[in-house]
Amino acid sequence: MSVALSAPDIKRALTRISHEILEKNQGASSIVLLGIPTRGAHLAQRIASIISEIEGVEISSGTLDITLFRDDLRLRAPKAIMPTTIPPSGVENRDVILVDDVLFSGRTIRSALDALGEIGRPRTVQLAALVDRGHRELPIKADFVGKNLPTSKSQSVRVLLSEIDGRDEVSIEGEAN
Amino acid sequence: MRHLLSIADLSKIEAISILDTANELARVSDGAVKKLPTLRGRTIVNLFAEDSTRTRISFEAAAKRLSADVINFSAKGSSVSKGESLKDTAMTLQAMGADAVVIRHSASGAAQRLADSQWMSGSVVNAGDGTHEHPSQALLDAFTIRKHLGLGKSDLEGLSVAIVGDVLHSRVARSNVLLLAKLGAKVTLVAPPTLLPVGVESWPASVSYDFDSVIPFVDVVMMLRVQQERMTEMYFPNAREYSRYFGLNSDRMKSMKPGAIVMHPGPMNRGLEISAEVADSSRSVITEQVTNGVSVRMAILYVLLTGGSLEAGGN
Repeated sequence: MSVALSAPDIKRALTRISHEILEKNQGASSIVLLGIPTRGAHLAQRIASIISEIEGVEISSGTLDITLFRDDLRLRAPKAIMPTTIPPSGVENRDVILVDDVLFSGRTIRSALDALGEIGRPRTVQLAALVDRGHRELPIKADFVGKNLPTSKSQSVRVLLSEIDGRDEVSIEGEAN
Repeated sequence: MRHLLSIADLSKIEAISILDTANELARVSDGAVKKLPTLRGRTIVNLFAEDSTRTRISFEAAAKRLSADVINFSAKGSSVSKGESLKDTAMTLQAMGADAVVIRHSASGAAQRLADSQWMSGSVVNAGDGTHEHPSQALLDAFTIRKHLGLGKSDLEGLSVAIVGDVLHSRVARSNVLLLAKLGAKVTLVAPPTLLPVGVESWPASVSYDFDSVIPFVDVVMMLRVQQERMTEMYFPNAREYSRYFGLNSDRMKSMKPGAIVMHPGPMNRGLEISAEVADSSRSVITEQVTNGVSVRMAILYVLLTGGSLEAGGN
Protein backbone atom coordinates (compact mmCIF):
# COMPACT_ATOMS: atom_id res chain seq x y z
CA MET A 1 0.00 0.00 0.00
CA SER A 2 1.40 3.38 -0.90
CA VAL A 3 0.06 6.78 0.01
CA ALA A 4 -0.68 8.83 -3.08
CA LEU A 5 -2.17 11.92 -1.48
CA SER A 6 -1.72 13.10 2.10
CA ALA A 7 -4.17 15.33 3.94
CA PRO A 8 -2.42 18.59 2.91
CA ASP A 9 -2.21 17.31 -0.70
CA ILE A 10 -5.97 16.73 -0.72
CA LYS A 11 -6.59 20.19 0.70
CA ARG A 12 -4.38 21.81 -1.95
CA ALA A 13 -5.99 19.79 -4.74
CA LEU A 14 -9.50 20.80 -3.67
CA THR A 15 -8.46 24.45 -3.40
CA ARG A 16 -7.01 24.35 -6.91
CA ILE A 17 -10.12 22.60 -8.27
CA SER A 18 -12.28 25.28 -6.65
CA HIS A 19 -10.29 28.04 -8.35
CA GLU A 20 -10.44 26.22 -11.68
CA ILE A 21 -14.22 25.84 -11.39
CA LEU A 22 -14.59 29.57 -10.73
CA GLU A 23 -12.25 30.45 -13.57
CA LYS A 24 -13.99 28.25 -16.09
CA ASN A 25 -17.48 29.38 -15.10
CA GLN A 26 -16.60 33.04 -14.60
CA GLY A 27 -17.66 33.15 -10.99
CA ALA A 28 -20.02 31.19 -8.84
CA SER A 29 -23.36 32.69 -9.84
CA SER A 30 -24.55 29.87 -12.08
CA ILE A 31 -22.88 26.80 -10.62
CA VAL A 32 -24.54 23.92 -8.78
CA LEU A 33 -22.28 21.36 -7.09
CA LEU A 34 -23.64 17.82 -6.92
CA GLY A 35 -21.64 15.15 -5.14
CA ILE A 36 -22.09 11.46 -5.80
CA PRO A 37 -22.58 9.63 -2.47
CA THR A 38 -20.89 8.77 -0.32
CA ARG A 39 -17.48 10.40 -0.58
CA GLY A 40 -18.23 12.56 -3.58
CA ALA A 41 -20.95 14.24 -1.53
CA HIS A 42 -18.44 15.21 1.16
CA LEU A 43 -15.99 16.47 -1.46
CA ALA A 44 -18.73 18.59 -3.05
CA GLN A 45 -19.45 20.07 0.36
CA ARG A 46 -15.80 20.93 0.87
CA ILE A 47 -15.50 22.51 -2.57
CA ALA A 48 -18.67 24.50 -1.88
CA SER A 49 -17.26 25.90 1.34
CA ILE A 50 -13.91 26.76 -0.32
CA ILE A 51 -15.74 28.56 -3.14
CA SER A 52 -17.98 30.35 -0.63
CA GLU A 53 -14.85 31.58 1.14
CA ILE A 54 -13.16 32.79 -2.05
CA GLU A 55 -16.22 34.50 -3.50
CA GLY A 56 -17.76 35.68 -0.26
CA VAL A 57 -21.17 34.29 -1.19
CA GLU A 58 -22.84 31.21 0.22
CA ILE A 59 -22.71 28.30 -2.24
CA SER A 60 -24.65 25.18 -1.37
CA SER A 61 -23.99 21.70 -2.62
CA GLY A 62 -26.33 18.79 -3.19
CA THR A 63 -26.08 15.06 -3.66
CA LEU A 64 -27.03 12.89 -6.60
CA ASP A 65 -27.52 9.20 -5.95
CA ILE A 66 -26.99 7.05 -9.00
CA THR A 67 -27.81 3.59 -7.60
CA LEU A 68 -31.13 3.22 -9.42
CA PHE A 69 -29.51 4.23 -12.72
CA ARG A 70 -26.57 1.81 -12.67
CA ASP A 71 -26.10 -0.50 -15.62
CA ASP A 72 -24.84 -3.39 -13.51
CA LEU A 73 -27.85 -3.87 -11.23
CA ARG A 74 -28.41 -7.35 -12.57
CA LEU A 75 -24.91 -8.38 -11.64
CA ARG A 76 -24.37 -6.88 -8.23
CA ALA A 77 -26.05 -7.35 -4.92
CA PRO A 78 -28.49 -4.51 -4.30
CA LYS A 79 -26.90 -1.42 -2.86
CA ALA A 80 -28.47 0.85 -0.32
CA ILE A 81 -30.08 3.85 -1.96
CA MET A 82 -28.61 7.12 -0.73
CA PRO A 83 -30.47 10.41 -0.60
CA THR A 84 -30.58 12.75 -3.57
CA THR A 85 -30.82 16.40 -2.54
CA ILE A 86 -30.92 19.17 -5.09
CA PRO A 87 -30.19 22.73 -3.89
CA PRO A 88 -33.24 25.03 -4.06
CA SER A 89 -31.89 26.74 -7.18
CA GLY A 90 -32.54 23.54 -9.14
CA VAL A 91 -30.43 22.46 -12.10
CA GLU A 92 -32.42 24.00 -14.93
CA ASN A 93 -30.10 26.18 -17.05
CA ARG A 94 -27.37 25.95 -14.42
CA ASP A 95 -23.79 24.81 -14.75
CA VAL A 96 -23.80 21.56 -12.84
CA ILE A 97 -20.52 20.25 -11.53
CA LEU A 98 -20.60 16.58 -10.64
CA VAL A 99 -18.12 15.65 -7.93
CA ASP A 100 -16.81 12.15 -7.30
CA ASP A 101 -13.83 10.76 -5.44
CA VAL A 102 -12.36 8.37 -8.02
CA LEU A 103 -12.87 8.42 -11.77
CA PHE A 104 -12.31 4.91 -13.11
CA SER A 105 -14.46 3.14 -15.71
CA GLY A 106 -16.71 6.16 -16.22
CA ARG A 107 -19.85 4.10 -15.66
CA THR A 108 -20.80 5.92 -12.48
CA ILE A 109 -20.69 9.20 -14.38
CA ARG A 110 -22.80 7.77 -17.19
CA SER A 111 -25.39 6.77 -14.59
CA ALA A 112 -25.12 10.23 -13.02
CA LEU A 113 -25.85 11.86 -16.38
CA ASP A 114 -28.97 9.71 -16.69
CA ALA A 115 -30.05 10.55 -13.14
CA LEU A 116 -29.45 14.24 -13.79
CA GLY A 117 -31.45 14.12 -17.01
CA GLU A 118 -34.49 13.02 -15.00
CA ILE A 119 -34.22 16.06 -12.77
CA GLY A 120 -33.81 18.78 -15.36
CA ARG A 121 -31.77 20.21 -18.19
CA PRO A 122 -28.61 21.96 -17.01
CA ARG A 123 -26.82 24.38 -19.36
CA THR A 124 -23.59 22.44 -18.93
CA VAL A 125 -22.50 19.44 -16.94
CA GLN A 126 -18.90 19.33 -15.78
CA LEU A 127 -17.01 16.74 -13.82
CA ALA A 128 -14.59 17.10 -10.94
CA ALA A 129 -12.76 14.09 -9.53
CA LEU A 130 -10.23 13.95 -6.73
CA VAL A 131 -8.41 11.09 -8.43
CA ASP A 132 -8.37 9.99 -12.05
CA ARG A 133 -6.96 6.48 -12.17
CA GLY A 134 -7.51 5.82 -15.88
CA HIS A 135 -8.96 2.64 -17.45
CA ARG A 136 -12.01 4.33 -18.92
CA GLU A 137 -14.64 2.06 -20.47
CA LEU A 138 -16.74 4.93 -21.82
CA PRO A 139 -15.94 8.18 -23.64
CA ILE A 140 -16.00 10.31 -20.48
CA LYS A 141 -13.36 12.69 -19.16
CA ALA A 142 -13.04 14.94 -16.14
CA ASP A 143 -12.88 18.74 -16.41
CA PHE A 144 -11.18 19.11 -13.02
CA VAL A 145 -8.80 16.53 -11.60
CA GLY A 146 -7.09 16.54 -8.21
CA LYS A 147 -4.44 14.08 -9.26
CA ASN A 148 -3.89 11.67 -12.12
CA LEU A 149 -2.84 8.35 -10.63
CA PRO A 150 -1.50 5.78 -13.05
CA THR A 151 -2.67 2.41 -11.74
CA SER A 152 -3.00 -1.11 -13.02
CA LYS A 153 -6.49 -2.55 -13.21
CA SER A 154 -5.78 -5.07 -10.48
CA GLN A 155 -4.95 -2.37 -7.97
CA SER A 156 -7.53 -0.47 -6.02
CA VAL A 157 -7.57 3.16 -4.98
CA ARG A 158 -8.76 3.89 -1.46
CA VAL A 159 -9.99 7.35 -0.55
CA LEU A 160 -10.36 8.22 3.12
CA LEU A 161 -12.10 11.41 4.18
CA SER A 162 -12.17 12.79 7.70
CA GLU A 163 -16.00 13.15 7.67
CA ILE A 164 -16.46 9.38 7.57
CA ASP A 165 -13.06 7.77 7.97
CA GLY A 166 -11.52 10.06 10.57
CA ARG A 167 -8.65 11.23 8.36
CA ASP A 168 -7.84 12.39 4.84
CA GLU A 169 -5.73 10.13 2.66
CA VAL A 170 -5.65 8.56 -0.78
CA SER A 171 -3.71 5.33 -1.16
CA ILE A 172 -3.13 2.66 -3.78
CA GLU A 173 -3.51 -0.93 -2.70
CA GLY A 174 -2.16 -4.00 -4.42
CA GLU A 175 0.84 -4.53 -6.69
CA ALA A 176 1.22 -3.06 -10.14
CA ASN A 177 1.64 -5.96 -12.54
CA MET B 1 -32.61 -12.37 -0.86
CA ARG B 2 -34.38 -14.17 -3.66
CA HIS B 3 -38.00 -14.55 -2.52
CA LEU B 4 -40.29 -12.76 -0.12
CA LEU B 5 -42.54 -15.47 1.25
CA SER B 6 -43.09 -14.65 4.88
CA ILE B 7 -41.99 -12.20 7.54
CA ALA B 8 -40.69 -15.16 9.52
CA ASP B 9 -37.88 -15.54 6.94
CA LEU B 10 -36.75 -11.92 7.27
CA SER B 11 -34.11 -10.81 9.70
CA LYS B 12 -34.55 -7.52 11.53
CA ILE B 13 -31.70 -6.05 9.48
CA GLU B 14 -33.28 -7.13 6.19
CA ALA B 15 -36.63 -5.69 7.22
CA ILE B 16 -35.07 -2.36 8.18
CA SER B 17 -33.10 -2.22 4.95
CA ILE B 18 -36.34 -2.68 2.97
CA LEU B 19 -37.94 0.14 4.96
CA ASP B 20 -34.93 2.40 4.43
CA THR B 21 -34.89 1.65 0.71
CA ALA B 22 -38.62 2.41 0.56
CA ASN B 23 -37.95 5.70 2.30
CA GLU B 24 -35.51 6.81 -0.39
CA LEU B 25 -37.82 5.54 -3.14
CA ALA B 26 -40.70 7.50 -1.62
CA ARG B 27 -38.62 10.65 -1.89
CA VAL B 28 -38.03 9.84 -5.53
CA SER B 29 -41.77 9.43 -6.12
CA ASP B 30 -42.47 12.72 -4.35
CA GLY B 31 -40.11 14.56 -6.65
CA ALA B 32 -40.23 15.31 -10.33
CA VAL B 33 -39.06 11.84 -11.31
CA LYS B 34 -41.88 9.35 -11.31
CA LYS B 35 -40.17 6.73 -13.40
CA LEU B 36 -36.84 5.06 -12.85
CA PRO B 37 -35.00 2.86 -15.34
CA THR B 38 -33.89 0.41 -12.62
CA LEU B 39 -35.78 -2.71 -13.73
CA ARG B 40 -35.94 -2.02 -17.45
CA GLY B 41 -36.33 -5.21 -19.45
CA ARG B 42 -37.45 -7.33 -16.49
CA THR B 43 -40.84 -9.00 -16.53
CA ILE B 44 -43.02 -9.17 -13.45
CA VAL B 45 -46.15 -11.29 -13.44
CA ASN B 46 -49.04 -10.53 -11.12
CA LEU B 47 -50.61 -13.92 -10.54
CA PHE B 48 -53.79 -13.27 -8.62
CA ALA B 49 -55.89 -16.33 -7.96
CA GLU B 50 -57.97 -14.41 -5.44
CA ASP B 51 -59.67 -11.02 -5.59
CA SER B 52 -57.61 -7.98 -4.79
CA THR B 53 -57.72 -4.35 -5.76
CA ARG B 54 -55.14 -2.44 -3.84
CA THR B 55 -52.42 -5.04 -3.57
CA ARG B 56 -52.51 -5.84 -7.26
CA ILE B 57 -52.55 -2.27 -8.49
CA SER B 58 -49.98 -1.32 -5.88
CA PHE B 59 -47.56 -3.98 -7.15
CA GLU B 60 -48.38 -2.96 -10.69
CA ALA B 61 -47.68 0.72 -10.00
CA ALA B 62 -44.47 -0.19 -8.16
CA ALA B 63 -43.22 -2.33 -11.04
CA LYS B 64 -44.11 0.29 -13.62
CA ARG B 65 -42.35 3.08 -11.74
CA LEU B 66 -39.22 0.96 -11.89
CA SER B 67 -39.77 0.44 -15.66
CA ALA B 68 -40.43 -3.29 -15.45
CA ASP B 69 -42.91 -4.94 -17.82
CA VAL B 70 -46.02 -6.13 -16.01
CA ILE B 71 -48.27 -9.00 -16.99
CA ASN B 72 -51.50 -9.44 -15.07
CA PHE B 73 -52.54 -13.03 -14.89
CA SER B 74 -55.79 -14.10 -13.36
CA ALA B 75 -55.89 -17.80 -12.60
CA LYS B 76 -59.46 -17.70 -11.46
CA GLY B 77 -61.97 -20.22 -12.60
CA SER B 78 -59.53 -23.03 -13.13
CA SER B 79 -61.15 -26.39 -12.44
CA VAL B 80 -57.89 -28.24 -12.04
CA SER B 81 -56.90 -29.13 -8.50
CA LYS B 82 -54.80 -26.44 -6.86
CA GLY B 83 -51.39 -28.12 -6.90
CA GLU B 84 -51.63 -29.04 -10.55
CA SER B 85 -53.02 -25.75 -11.69
CA LEU B 86 -50.29 -23.88 -9.88
CA LYS B 87 -47.68 -26.07 -11.53
CA ASP B 88 -49.07 -25.57 -15.00
CA THR B 89 -49.33 -21.86 -14.45
CA ALA B 90 -45.79 -21.67 -13.13
CA MET B 91 -44.41 -23.55 -16.11
CA THR B 92 -46.25 -21.21 -18.45
CA LEU B 93 -44.76 -18.23 -16.67
CA GLN B 94 -41.29 -19.77 -16.82
CA ALA B 95 -41.72 -20.29 -20.57
CA MET B 96 -42.66 -16.63 -20.90
CA GLY B 97 -39.51 -15.60 -19.09
CA ALA B 98 -40.94 -14.06 -15.94
CA ASP B 99 -38.26 -12.62 -13.67
CA ALA B 100 -40.62 -12.41 -10.73
CA VAL B 101 -44.07 -13.63 -9.83
CA VAL B 102 -46.24 -11.79 -7.38
CA ILE B 103 -48.73 -14.37 -6.18
CA ARG B 104 -52.00 -14.08 -4.31
CA HIS B 105 -53.69 -17.39 -3.61
CA SER B 106 -56.44 -18.64 -1.35
CA ALA B 107 -54.35 -21.63 -0.24
CA SER B 108 -51.96 -21.00 2.64
CA GLY B 109 -48.45 -21.94 1.52
CA ALA B 110 -49.05 -21.43 -2.21
CA ALA B 111 -46.18 -18.96 -2.51
CA GLN B 112 -43.85 -21.28 -0.62
CA ARG B 113 -44.81 -24.16 -2.91
CA LEU B 114 -44.05 -22.05 -5.97
CA ALA B 115 -40.68 -20.97 -4.59
CA ASP B 116 -39.60 -24.45 -3.48
CA SER B 117 -40.57 -26.12 -6.72
CA GLN B 118 -38.30 -26.34 -9.71
CA TRP B 119 -41.15 -25.12 -11.89
CA MET B 120 -39.75 -21.69 -12.44
CA SER B 121 -36.51 -19.86 -11.79
CA GLY B 122 -37.74 -16.35 -11.00
CA SER B 123 -38.31 -14.66 -7.66
CA VAL B 124 -41.57 -15.23 -5.81
CA VAL B 125 -43.32 -12.52 -3.84
CA ASN B 126 -46.12 -13.58 -1.54
CA ALA B 127 -48.97 -11.10 -1.94
CA GLY B 128 -51.20 -13.00 0.47
CA ASP B 129 -51.66 -16.75 0.80
CA GLY B 130 -54.85 -17.96 2.43
CA THR B 131 -54.84 -17.11 6.12
CA HIS B 132 -51.07 -17.46 6.39
CA GLU B 133 -49.11 -14.29 5.58
CA HIS B 134 -49.15 -11.02 3.69
CA PRO B 135 -45.60 -9.75 4.16
CA SER B 136 -45.70 -6.69 1.90
CA GLN B 137 -48.72 -5.37 3.82
CA ALA B 138 -46.89 -5.76 7.13
CA LEU B 139 -43.86 -3.96 5.71
CA LEU B 140 -45.95 -1.05 4.49
CA ASP B 141 -47.74 -0.88 7.86
CA ALA B 142 -44.41 -0.83 9.70
CA PHE B 143 -43.19 1.82 7.26
CA THR B 144 -46.26 3.97 7.94
CA ILE B 145 -45.91 3.58 11.72
CA ARG B 146 -42.21 4.40 11.59
CA LYS B 147 -42.89 7.48 9.51
CA HIS B 148 -45.48 8.82 11.96
CA LEU B 149 -44.18 7.73 15.33
CA GLY B 150 -40.64 6.44 14.80
CA LEU B 151 -38.92 9.66 15.93
CA GLY B 152 -36.19 9.12 13.39
CA LYS B 153 -35.25 5.70 14.74
CA SER B 154 -34.78 2.75 12.42
CA ASP B 155 -36.96 0.34 14.41
CA LEU B 156 -40.19 0.57 16.44
CA GLU B 157 -38.72 0.07 19.91
CA GLY B 158 -40.98 1.42 22.65
CA LEU B 159 -44.17 1.70 20.60
CA SER B 160 -47.29 -0.28 21.37
CA VAL B 161 -49.75 -1.46 18.77
CA ALA B 162 -53.22 -2.97 19.14
CA ILE B 163 -54.40 -5.21 16.32
CA VAL B 164 -58.16 -5.46 16.61
CA GLY B 165 -60.76 -7.74 15.10
CA ASP B 166 -60.82 -10.83 12.95
CA VAL B 167 -57.35 -12.15 13.77
CA LEU B 168 -58.38 -15.71 12.95
CA HIS B 169 -58.77 -15.13 9.22
CA SER B 170 -56.21 -12.40 8.92
CA ARG B 171 -52.89 -12.94 7.17
CA VAL B 172 -52.31 -9.23 7.69
CA ALA B 173 -52.43 -9.73 11.46
CA ARG B 174 -50.11 -12.72 11.31
CA SER B 175 -47.47 -10.89 9.29
CA ASN B 176 -47.83 -7.74 11.34
CA VAL B 177 -47.43 -9.47 14.68
CA LEU B 178 -44.21 -11.08 13.50
CA LEU B 179 -42.79 -7.94 11.93
CA LEU B 180 -43.80 -5.42 14.61
CA ALA B 181 -42.45 -7.67 17.36
CA LYS B 182 -39.25 -8.15 15.36
CA LEU B 183 -38.88 -4.37 15.15
CA GLY B 184 -39.33 -4.01 18.91
CA ALA B 185 -42.96 -2.91 19.21
CA LYS B 186 -45.29 -4.31 21.86
CA VAL B 187 -48.29 -5.90 20.17
CA THR B 188 -51.68 -6.60 21.73
CA LEU B 189 -54.31 -8.59 19.88
CA VAL B 190 -57.88 -7.60 20.68
CA ALA B 191 -60.66 -9.92 19.51
CA PRO B 192 -63.51 -12.07 20.68
CA PRO B 193 -62.21 -15.54 21.62
CA THR B 194 -63.97 -17.05 18.60
CA LEU B 195 -61.89 -14.92 16.23
CA LEU B 196 -58.49 -15.86 17.66
CA PRO B 197 -56.59 -18.74 16.09
CA VAL B 198 -55.53 -21.85 17.96
CA GLY B 199 -52.00 -21.41 19.28
CA VAL B 200 -52.21 -17.64 19.52
CA GLU B 201 -50.49 -17.84 22.91
CA SER B 202 -47.26 -18.79 21.13
CA TRP B 203 -47.29 -15.57 19.08
CA PRO B 204 -45.07 -12.70 20.20
CA ALA B 205 -48.12 -10.71 21.32
CA SER B 206 -50.45 -10.40 24.29
CA VAL B 207 -54.18 -11.01 23.98
CA SER B 208 -57.14 -9.04 25.31
CA TYR B 209 -60.89 -9.45 24.92
CA ASP B 210 -61.59 -5.93 26.14
CA PHE B 211 -60.95 -3.19 23.58
CA ASP B 212 -61.77 -0.34 26.00
CA SER B 213 -59.09 -1.39 28.47
CA VAL B 214 -56.42 -1.44 25.75
CA ILE B 215 -57.20 1.61 23.64
CA PRO B 216 -55.93 4.39 26.00
CA PHE B 217 -52.45 2.87 26.15
CA VAL B 218 -51.50 2.22 22.54
CA ASP B 219 -49.82 4.38 19.92
CA VAL B 220 -51.39 2.56 17.00
CA VAL B 221 -54.82 1.01 16.60
CA MET B 222 -54.82 -1.31 13.62
CA MET B 223 -58.33 -2.42 12.70
CA LEU B 224 -58.84 -5.64 10.76
CA ARG B 225 -61.56 -6.33 8.25
CA VAL B 226 -64.20 -8.80 9.33
CA GLN B 227 -63.74 -11.38 6.60
CA GLN B 228 -67.29 -12.46 6.07
CA GLU B 229 -66.40 -14.34 2.89
CA ARG B 230 -64.18 -16.72 4.88
CA MET B 231 -66.68 -17.21 7.69
CA THR B 232 -68.38 -20.56 7.40
CA GLU B 233 -69.93 -20.55 10.86
CA MET B 234 -71.16 -18.08 13.45
CA TYR B 235 -68.29 -16.26 15.11
CA PHE B 236 -70.32 -13.54 16.81
CA PRO B 237 -74.05 -13.13 17.46
CA ASN B 238 -74.66 -10.23 15.09
CA ALA B 239 -72.93 -7.32 13.40
CA ARG B 240 -74.30 -4.74 15.80
CA GLU B 241 -72.96 -6.54 18.84
CA TYR B 242 -69.56 -7.01 17.19
CA SER B 243 -69.49 -3.35 16.37
CA ARG B 244 -70.35 -2.34 19.91
CA TYR B 245 -67.55 -4.37 21.49
CA PHE B 246 -64.83 -4.44 18.85
CA GLY B 247 -65.63 -1.65 16.42
CA LEU B 248 -63.79 1.66 16.42
CA ASN B 249 -66.25 4.55 16.56
CA SER B 250 -65.71 8.22 17.38
CA ASP B 251 -66.62 7.74 21.07
CA ARG B 252 -64.00 5.09 21.48
CA MET B 253 -61.50 7.13 19.48
CA LYS B 254 -61.75 9.90 22.09
CA SER B 255 -59.98 7.72 24.62
CA MET B 256 -56.95 7.27 22.36
CA LYS B 257 -53.61 8.80 23.32
CA PRO B 258 -52.79 12.16 21.76
CA GLY B 259 -50.90 11.54 18.54
CA ALA B 260 -51.99 7.91 18.28
CA ILE B 261 -52.98 6.78 14.80
CA VAL B 262 -55.67 4.55 13.27
CA MET B 263 -54.81 2.07 10.54
CA HIS B 264 -56.77 -0.38 8.40
CA PRO B 265 -55.39 -2.60 5.64
CA GLY B 266 -58.56 -2.19 3.56
CA PRO B 267 -61.03 -2.86 2.18
CA MET B 268 -63.06 -1.43 5.07
CA ASN B 269 -66.49 -2.49 6.20
CA ARG B 270 -67.58 0.99 7.21
CA GLY B 271 -70.02 0.75 10.08
CA LEU B 272 -68.88 -2.72 11.13
CA GLU B 273 -65.30 -2.71 12.41
CA ILE B 274 -64.72 1.00 11.80
CA SER B 275 -67.14 3.91 11.65
CA ALA B 276 -67.06 6.33 8.75
CA GLU B 277 -66.16 9.29 11.02
CA VAL B 278 -63.09 7.43 12.31
CA ALA B 279 -62.01 6.30 8.86
CA ASP B 280 -62.13 9.89 7.61
CA SER B 281 -60.74 11.50 10.78
CA SER B 282 -57.37 13.18 11.17
CA ARG B 283 -56.05 10.20 13.15
CA SER B 284 -56.65 7.89 10.23
CA VAL B 285 -53.61 7.14 8.04
CA ILE B 286 -55.52 4.68 5.87
CA THR B 287 -55.02 6.41 2.53
CA GLU B 288 -51.41 7.05 3.40
CA GLN B 289 -50.97 3.31 3.86
CA VAL B 290 -51.97 2.91 0.23
CA THR B 291 -49.46 5.54 -0.93
CA ASN B 292 -46.69 4.00 1.16
CA GLY B 293 -47.62 0.59 -0.24
CA VAL B 294 -46.27 1.57 -3.63
CA SER B 295 -42.91 2.73 -2.23
CA VAL B 296 -42.52 -0.37 -0.07
CA ARG B 297 -43.34 -2.67 -2.98
CA MET B 298 -40.85 -0.81 -5.15
CA ALA B 299 -38.27 -1.50 -2.46
CA ILE B 300 -39.21 -5.19 -2.37
CA LEU B 301 -38.91 -5.56 -6.15
CA TYR B 302 -35.65 -3.62 -6.11
CA VAL B 303 -34.12 -5.85 -3.46
CA LEU B 304 -35.32 -9.09 -5.07
CA LEU B 305 -34.62 -8.30 -8.71
CA THR B 306 -31.26 -6.62 -8.57
CA GLY B 307 -28.02 -8.36 -7.94
CA GLY B 308 -26.64 -11.75 -8.70
CA SER B 309 -24.25 -13.73 -6.63
CA LEU B 310 -21.51 -11.10 -6.66
CA GLU B 311 -21.28 -9.15 -3.43
CA ALA B 312 -18.40 -6.93 -4.58
CA GLY B 313 -18.25 -3.23 -3.91
CA GLY B 314 -16.45 -0.91 -6.27
CA ASN B 315 -15.59 2.63 -7.03
